[in-house]
Amino acid sequence: MSKADLCAAILWIGATMYAVFGGADFGGGLWDLVAGDAEKGKRPRARIQRSLTPVWEANHVWLVFILVVLWTAFPEVFAAVMSTLYVPLTLAALGIVLRGAGFAFRKSVESLPAQQVLGASFAVSSVMTPFFMGTVVGAIASGNVPPEGNGAAFSSWLEPLPLLTGAMFVASGAYLAAIFLIADSRRAGDAEMEEYFRRRALGAAAVAGAFAVAGIFALHSDARYVFDRLVAEGLPLAILSALCGLGVLAMLLRRQTRGLRPLAILAVAAVIWGWGVAQFPYLLPTSLDIASAAAPGPTLTSVLIVFLVAAVTILPALGLLYTLAQREMVGESSE
Amino acid sequence: MLALGALPLAASESNLLAARELMAFTLGFHIVLASIGVAFPAIVLTANYIGLKKRDPDAMRLARRWSKVAAVTFATGAVTGTVLSFEFGLLWPEFMARFGDVFGIAFAIEGLFFFTEAIFLAIYIYGWKRLGGWAHFWSGVPMLVAGIGGAFSVVTANSWMNQPQGFTLDAAGKVVDTEPLQVLFNPAWSYEVPHMILAAYMVAGFLFASVYAVGMLKGRRDRHHRLGLLIPLTIACIATPLQIFWGDVAAREVADHQPAKFAAFECIQETGPNQTEYLGGICTDEGVKGAVGIPGLDSLLVGFSTDTVVTGLNDIPADERPPANTLLHLSFDTMVGIGFGLLALAAWLLWAWWRRRDIPQTPWFLRAVAISGAGAIVAVWCGWIVTEVGRQPWIVQGYMRTEEAVTEAEGIWFAFAGVMLLYIALGATAILVIRAMARRWREQGDGGEAESPYGPSTGSSA
Repeated sequence: MSKADLCAAILWIGATMYAVFGGADFGGGLWDLVAGDAEKGKRPRARIQRSLTPVWEANHVWLVFILVVLWTAFPEVFAAVMSTLYVPLTLAALGIVLRGAGFAFRKSVESLPAQQVLGASFAVSSVMTPFFMGTVVGAIASGNVPPEGNGAAFSSWLEPLPLLTGAMFVASGAYLAAIFLIADSRRAGDAEMEEYFRRRALGAAAVAGAFAVAGIFALHSDARYVFDRLVAEGLPLAILSALCGLGVLAMLLRRQTRGLRPLAILAVAAVIWGWGVAQFPYLLPTSLDIASAAAPGPTLTSVLIVFLVAAVTILPALGLLYTLAQREMVGESSE
Repeated sequence: MLALGALPLAASESNLLAARELMAFTLGFHIVLASIGVAFPAIVLTANYIGLKKRDPDAMRLARRWSKVAAVTFATGAVTGTVLSFEFGLLWPEFMARFGDVFGIAFAIEGLFFFTEAIFLAIYIYGWKRLGGWAHFWSGVPMLVAGIGGAFSVVTANSWMNQPQGFTLDAAGKVVDTEPLQVLFNPAWSYEVPHMILAAYMVAGFLFASVYAVGMLKGRRDRHHRLGLLIPLTIACIATPLQIFWGDVAAREVADHQPAKFAAFECIQETGPNQTEYLGGICTDEGVKGAVGIPGLDSLLVGFSTDTVVTGLNDIPADERPPANTLLHLSFDTMVGIGFGLLALAAWLLWAWWRRRDIPQTPWFLRAVAISGAGAIVAVWCGWIVTEVGRQPWIVQGYMRTEEAVTEAEGIWFAFAGVMLLYIALGATAILVIRAMARRWREQGDGGEAESPYGPSTGSSA
């Protein structure tokens, strides 16, 4: 593997972390959105808020990580994506502002109307942000981003595959969130919420699975290169994802929780890596590959060093945060 | 190698202005929150340390409340910072395409510090109840280091734009080699980075202190308010003289390495010795109108002798002169003026403390502290106007013009208007939320937190 390939792998590791942890945060927002009126939705919203509060900001640093690695290691790809897909990217950035502010402010205000306005801002943007990010990924896979940039501002992403990818991002986040919230409810000894999120996890799994299958058809028509490799080199990962997804379904139906989270994470991670393998060696299929888009060697080395430092410092620190959060050593009602 | 015209200058003037205004506005908004993010750890940990060491419940209460405020400001800063990383690509795609692999190295390192700060801030601000006192204190220390490291990384990227080095271009203007250490430790980092870190400590320190000064002016003169004023104010007052020293160093470096910027903000029209230092006034081609001039002082400040020759705008090619000289000049003077005002405030506090071990008793002192936070913020904005507008027409000094970097995307003015409305709402809501928190603390004590969304705090589940 060349240094450039390793940097591309780092990008995919970042994307996986963001899809899993950031995705679950977005999913939490979706479940908040559909939790019903103030009275009915009070308990699920409280559960979601308790689970998200200590971790959501750290989870979203992965997005900044992806952007920075992309522009440092593959600057032309970054510029081409940004100058072509500026419409969905601007909408995603808007969603990030509304979501973070809505969530952080909501728990600091007391009046019900203010909580509802801020909560709505958080919840609606939790759906909007991953959707538009998904359209960006779908547009890249479709080959709609020209390497010189300034591609079509609207038709590049208003196509079946990008829109479907957006929907899949939303659904997979909802699916992961529900699975995580089952475990959190169980640990809190809240059987009612455990059942509440179990039913929603089943629904989200079915929807995400349906989008994935539809996505394969859309790949076939809109992104032939990616499709061809997905059913060849990427097949083991596609099968792994399907098996994990089915395993999660079976466990949910049988009310088993042990090992549920790793299996669900693996199902999502396998899709991300399946996509990576399928569009290899291209970053922009089929016009710009990893080697020709790569920054000069010393820059790539710097990115690799930064990543190694992150692996030995940030990952354990994240582990500490998650462990403390799981044991409710850090949490909200901290007075 | 200079300004290779490899890229078409298709972007309209209008796009360039809109993109610059949008960048300036969002950066100006973020820098306030980023400053709090950089300096908050030192302030809160000082209170926390006093609280633990001297078993001081007032200091502990302050640290607890400040960390709740930081939860709001850090969340807001995190989203406005994310917006900026989008804007790099959305507004300046050609800059990123050409130089992303050079100055991006600094941002990759910034990512590490941002992660560290986000993780340990979460542990610290949400760990008050369950973590043991000193374990909790130490969980806050990484965020202090990360704040400083993060500020280094971001500001060194900016200083690279002012004094770029550490890369090789081919004939087409494409970067073909990089030297990461040369990029990170470009000559401008050594004055820009300390200048901004000290500025961050001044913004956060004076801002926190001004809140308690307002409270004391309203008659709340308990120990809680006194301590709340003194801890951040002391930190800011230590930073102030250092800042003036570093600002002086920075101005001399700019005079040496970015003479166009220096001549523009000092309104120097003709190269020569014995330059007058102008305070205030309007810059015109014929010199400064309506300013107070001190003959020879500018040369003296630049080279410690009135014989020092300072470059004037007449020696800068017309198409390389910074725009808006009056704006630059007044921004620079405002920044320096506020700096000396804050230095006087620090001296006042030091004198009173030396004489009576107390803050000055007159309400005028509290009034001065009450406006010091806003003053520090204005000074930071002015400083960024000087460094950024003063570098124009370049985005990378000597290598790339801002007009070459800007996007061809449509609707930037529209985006600017939308972002302005959004950020005004964001800022107003953040202030309202923090004020509501403070009011709740006063009325109900520390127990009155909203615990569950969409419901009264009393009936919290779980």
